[in-house]
Amino acid sequence: MSEFAPAPTPTRTTRRDAFPPNWPFRIGLLLLALYVVYASSILDLTWPRFLLGLEHGQRFLGRMFPPNVAPDKLKLLYDGMLESLQIAILASVAGTLISLPLGFASARNLSPAPLAWAARLIIVICRTFHPVIVAILFVKAVGFGALAGVLALTVASVGFISKLIGESIEEMSMKPVEALRATGASFLSVVVMAVMPQVLPRFIGFIAYELDSNLRNSALVGIVGGGGIGATLFTAFQRFDYDFVLTIVLTVIVLVMIGEIISGAMRKLFQ
Amino acid sequence: MDASAPIKSSAAEDGARTLHIRHLFKEYRAGQPVLRDVSLTIEGRGLTAIIGPSGTGKSTLVRCINRLVDPTSGEIIFRGQNLAGLRGRELRHARRRIGMVFQEYNLVERLTVIENVLCGRLGYLPVWRAWLRRFPPADIARAFDLLDAVGLSAHATQRADQLSGGQRQRVGIARALMQEPDLLLADEPTSSLDPKTSVEIMELIARRAGERDIPVIVNIHNVDLAKRYADRIIGMARGTVVFDGPPQALEHSHLIDIYGGEGWLE
Amino acid sequence: MSAPALIDAPAADGPRRWHRFSVLERIGRSTFYLLALLAIVWSFRTIEIIPEFLVDAPTQTADLFARMWPIDWKWYPKVVHPALVETLHIATLGTILAIAMAVPTALLVARNITGSIVLNNIGRFILVATRSVHAMVWALFFVAVFGPGALAGMLAIAVHSVGFTGKFLAEAIEEARPGPIEALRAAGAPPLSILIKGYWPQVKPAFLSIAVFRWDINVRESAVLGLVGGGGIGMALDSAMSNLYWDQVGLVLLVIFGVVVVTETLTTWVRSRII
Repeated sequence: MSEFAPAPTPTRTTRRDAFPPNWPFRIGLLLLALYVVYASSILDLTWPRFLLGLEHGQRFLGRMFPPNVAPDKLKLLYDGMLESLQIAILASVAGTLISLPLGFASARNLSPAPLAWAARLIIVICRTFHPVIVAILFVKAVGFGALAGVLALTVASVGFISKLIGESIEEMSMKPVEALRATGASFLSVVVMAVMPQVLPRFIGFIAYELDSNLRNSALVGIVGGGGIGATLFTAFQRFDYDFVLTIVLTVIVLVMIGEIISGAMRKLFQ
Repeated sequence: MDASAPIKSSAAEDGARTLHIRHLFKEYRAGQPVLRDVSLTIEGRGLTAIIGPSGTGKSTLVRCINRLVDPTSGEIIFRGQNLAGLRGRELRHARRRIGMVFQEYNLVERLTVIENVLCGRLGYLPVWRAWLRRFPPADIARAFDLLDAVGLSAHATQRADQLSGGQRQRVGIARALMQEPDLLLADEPTSSLDPKTSVEIMELIARRAGERDIPVIVNIHNVDLAKRYADRIIGMARGTVVFDGPPQALEHSHLIDIYGGEGWLE
Repeated sequence: MSAPALIDAPAADGPRRWHRFSVLERIGRSTFYLLALLAIVWSFRTIEIIPEFLVDAPTQTADLFARMWPIDWKWYPKVVHPALVETLHIATLGTILAIAMAVPTALLVARNITGSIVLNNIGRFILVATRSVHAMVWALFFVAVFGPGALAGMLAIAVHSVGFTGKFLAEAIEEARPGPIEALRAAGAPPLSILIKGYWPQVKPAFLSIAVFRWDINVRESAVLGLVGGGGIGMALDSAMSNLYWDQVGLVLLVIFGVVVVTETLTTWVRSRII
């Protein structure tokens, strides 16, 4: 129990007393290790299985290289990416159009409490479900293809962007709002002249980010039938065209990076 | 003061501009009134200064007049209307005639000086004009004139957050005057400023309001400034009016009554 | 008073005018708006959306939800509960494995630990590459390699999370104050001791916060991996949907909703205690 003593007696001072062993930490590590063993057994993660997988993996990687750049594949890639881009643009536009009023409604400093709570509930529901789940539901509802993808990503955008919009409105200064109310300005005029100047630069950033994440996620919703490059990717997997899979994945990574650069530039344009 | 003077709705301009406050109460929390039965009549001319310790309800009183704070009960009669009972469009129309200057200027920081001044016209303009910044040329010309009057025309296209405190307050005054108000309210207009700038700002408010013959109600911490510029001083303590009279009549005994103690007067 | 030079006055005696933007700014903005409009119109016209489907979408979606009601609770103990437990284990084990991989990578990236720019950039590339490929896509990979099941899902979660956790860990390490570290170095402590006694106490709150936050995200992610064979509750969802048992689909969705709300509340609470 010496490690809990307020000060070690000077005669017994050793080097270890400068850093007494941290028992809670060690016990925590032990529990973590026990959990890992337990959970691995539950999930049936066994060593032989892992080794077998590595063998598969070797063959798998062998079939991925070099990336497939045959003209017919590149045409598929081009079409898929183009559709993904269109899905991302449309979902961002629809998402923004819905998010703006919803975000305003959810801000407790501008909208009445019942409206704010109703808006928050909608946002939480949109946010809770993974875009893939939403995509599946829309695929069942409106059929395979780009429309389901657009709708799913719109829902995801709404959940994400309206929350950010609502938060940034709640964080803004209420002083100009008060001053403009005092001049007899209508609610919309107050929004235009006192709220928008404060929050618009951040909104631009959100929309840029939204476009970015929709482009990334459009690869995702395609896997479950939402169109775009994700559909191309999933088909390639099913046909064991692993070299084409690599081409697609590399293209997506490059495009996402370009998207990040563009959205950064867009933010600078609007400060 | 005769708080129960009859309202002359069709009287001369001065009479119409007279502000009657009757039995005004305000409670932010039930049972803890900040204003207790305040009754005042403020004539339609001259500068009235409200002094008193912090937290005594000065600010609440001024904010009740343009309804930035909703009174719990009582009447506020101005231009023949009970402001305390107005809602929606009627309230907005009443507010258009009441200019307000704030302690922390309350400018829209990211807008330019001229845009901030033009905000004073928002009550008269449709939203699309504000949205596209298509203000009527007459309003823009007037905004420039007002910037001349407060000495800031060289800063018209600068953003408000680039100005000093005194300059920002000048913009705030120009914005309030832009409304062509029948009454100017000022809530601690100098409390965030240094002593020299405070004098300049009070001078500016008194002069510009005097030129236009607008009554001014200033709520102010600085007793010397109040005495120097006010035509009438109202002393408040504990949510009620404890002194009301011309600056010359304000004596040490009154200040002790208003602020309590006396060591600070030495 | 004369008009200031900043404002364009059409005539010396005419009223002063004012515009919000300069000509150049207006051209820039108009071009941007025009391009944005063109992109939207182009997307609308070329994308394969059948108008009738779009008009029909609200009815169809409403119909879908109507079919989920009433929810089939009988199904929970037998199928959904084990799948849910599996999902939670996938998320937790995946997070632990991700951290185990992210710590060395973050040490490689942090400039105050690793002096070599080449090694920094190798580490950074690992972080970007793992993050850019979605967990779902990683799951497709691992299902192809290890076959369907929890192992593939867990690895997908782990590999995808390396980028996120590693990035924030590296930032936390770089923000560590150099004072205590220099003191240890001056006392002649070996490198491992400097890491454990100098950096760890400073990085610990950020580390725990990142771990908890990533676990929350991973619970959501692992719920869908089953759709491509990654195990967990997603598999229950997949089978219910391919069998068209909509009342069971409704149950799974409700369970996912509940779990996500609970983990988010839990992690928000834990994080507020850590920071």
